[in-house]
Amino acid sequence: MDWTNLLVNVAGEIIAPTTAAYALAAIGLNIHFGLTGLLNMGQAGFLLLGAYGFAIATIAGWPLWAAVLAAILAAVVFALILGIPTLKLRGDYLAIVTIAAAEIVRIVGRSTTLTDLTGASSGLRGNSYKHTFQDASPFPDGTWELGPFEYAINASNSWWIRIVGWGVVALACLLIWLLMRSPWGRVLKGIREDEDAVRSLGKNVYAYKMQSLVLGGVIGAVAGIIYVLPRAVQPDAMGRSMTFFIWTILLLGGAATVFGPILGSMLFWAALMLIKLVMRGTVPETVMRSEQIEQFGWIIVGITLMLLVIFRPQGILGDKKELAINAH
Amino acid sequence: MPTDSAVRALADVPREPGAAKPDPIVVADDVVRRFGGMTAVDVQHVEIQRGAITALIGPNGAGKTTFFNLLTGFDKPSSGTWTFEGRSLHGLPAARVARKGMVRTFQLTKALSRMTVIENMRLGAGSQPGENLFTALVPPLWRAREREITEQAEELLVRFKLDHHRDSFAGSLSGGQRKLLEMARALMSKPTMVMLDEPMAGVNPALTQSLLGHIQALRDDGMTVLFVEHDMHMVRHISDWVIVMAEGRIVAEGPPETVMQDPAVVDAYLGAHHDTDLGDDALLSDDVAEQLEAEVQAEEEKR
Ligand SMILES: Nc1ncnc2c1ncn2[C@@H]1O[C@H](COP(=O)(O)OP(=O)(O)OP(=O)(O)O)[C@@H](O)[C@H]1O
Ligand SMILES: [Mg+2]
Repeated sequence: MDWTNLLVNVAGEIIAPTTAAYALAAIGLNIHFGLTGLLNMGQAGFLLLGAYGFAIATIAGWPLWAAVLAAILAAVVFALILGIPTLKLRGDYLAIVTIAAAEIVRIVGRSTTLTDLTGASSGLRGNSYKHTFQDASPFPDGTWELGPFEYAINASNSWWIRIVGWGVVALACLLIWLLMRSPWGRVLKGIREDEDAVRSLGKNVYAYKMQSLVLGGVIGAVAGIIYVLPRAVQPDAMGRSMTFFIWTILLLGGAATVFGPILGSMLFWAALMLIKLVMRGTVPETVMRSEQIEQFGWIIVGITLMLLVIFRPQGILGDKKELAINAH
Repeated sequence: MPTDSAVRALADVPREPGAAKPDPIVVADDVVRRFGGMTAVDVQHVEIQRGAITALIGPNGAGKTTFFNLLTGFDKPSSGTWTFEGRSLHGLPAARVARKGMVRTFQLTKALSRMTVIENMRLGAGSQPGENLFTALVPPLWRAREREITEQAEELLVRFKLDHHRDSFAGSLSGGQRKLLEMARALMSKPTMVMLDEPMAGVNPALTQSLLGHIQALRDDGMTVLFVEHDMHMVRHISDWVIVMAEGRIVAEGPPETVMQDPAVVDAYLGAHHDTDLGDDALLSDDVAEQLEAEVQAEEEKR
């Protein structure tokens, strides 16, 4: 086995656009769950809507900024539709409704009635909506090498998308950091602990939960754009398992922390790559074929999530003391 | 001891359920709450005097907490209307009621466990511009108010003997300390009226004494206090007026010295044991308790 190559591949995952997209999606979910205690089980729905909004608007000829705005608007509307009926009810209802709503987005997206718009189950090809983003790059075309990493500068899986992706992640972190230390963040935290207590102190709990849902959803939609820029919009790649990975990433890194989602996403994708490459190099074809190894990787993810919730619910960066206290 | 002004204001109020007060801050009419077939609250008319300490007492299950929930918007009545400072609060959500100046605490304490004591306190304060999503992003816009709030919170914490726990998680406090924290937090918004549901349950007597003094000081500054309490010593010690509930209805009203002798009250608490004076401290002594127990047993044997 080529160990250098393996390490380069694993390290490459750490800075990959997908890792940035998942980190961003987990930051959005962190606003919902970590800060407010909302159980959003359909974060992938926000990503998919963001991806559709951006891609369809771009294909229709909209400029980059307008297409991003379309993605954000789609997420806002989706959050309002989800929130209006459920945020007044107990937490579990939001969980059920979000699972279902994300599935509806995916199923509607892949249905043949909308083929002209969404490309049905085959989705939208990346080349049909990448140009505005690539044209916005200030760098010359070509490829560029940094240490062992060599990528195109602007095209597809490029340095450009890495720079923008991680730049957005950094901005989102700054936003969370500011919000968590603000009185606004304090009200959310109070809601996470006990809604009625916060209500008795004169805060409009419903409005705060709605703001949290919208904000986290919008961040999810932007994550969706970053996720599809180096690939295609594939509704079936953005379903329940994506939501499940985002949750794993958040819990791995630590909910209610600023850097947890980033650390979680980097560890998650690097570990997955490591497992796959090591197994491909060591397990003979007769025992496990390549696609089985892929699936084995996902099984490990599931087991990790279970072990995490049982043995380290606060994640890697979480405050143990904070979690040690029973919520009620 | 009750201040003279509050007592004087209530001196001429008739000692009967639903009595009109000279300066009522809360007026409730025909407030009914049913759970299935069971009527938990059925209050025909009640007025709460402004600037006085009113105790709401009654046996377990009398409907006191439910009545609190209705007044503060935490529960919706089956029917009925009520006003606070002359304006109807009917149908108003709990948060709006609190912002109007009527703040309550809960019988089952709601400390925000995974927040520190000082953060709990800060949350109680009103008009913090930083609680708006956009202002929150610009700390200079809310720092000054935050300093004010923190100062106010620290003063209250000293008063409630919680200043040593300033930075501990609320979840690590004892039951009594949580009660205190909740009460202090409610006072952060400088309410016009506080409604305390069993505020002193589980608080040690020495501290109770000093807090009662504090409550009276708040009343002297013009705050109205309505509290539910089972401890008759406390009721007699602090309240200017007592309202007695039983089975959802208001059965008696009066000053604390005399209301416990009202036959309706004795009925509500003890059924047949009319000869016992509930206001009498002797009720709490062992031989009286034994005697009562013996009587109850005798009655049961007869059945
Ligand atoms: N959510 C509910 N559903 C059904 N019944 C209820 C509910 N809340 C209260 N009740 C009933 O209403 C009645 C009054 O209850 P409430 O809690 O108001 O009594 P209380 O006077 O506060 O008693 P305590 O002194 O024990 O606190 C009780 O019989 C109770 O069983
Ligand atoms: Mg009660």
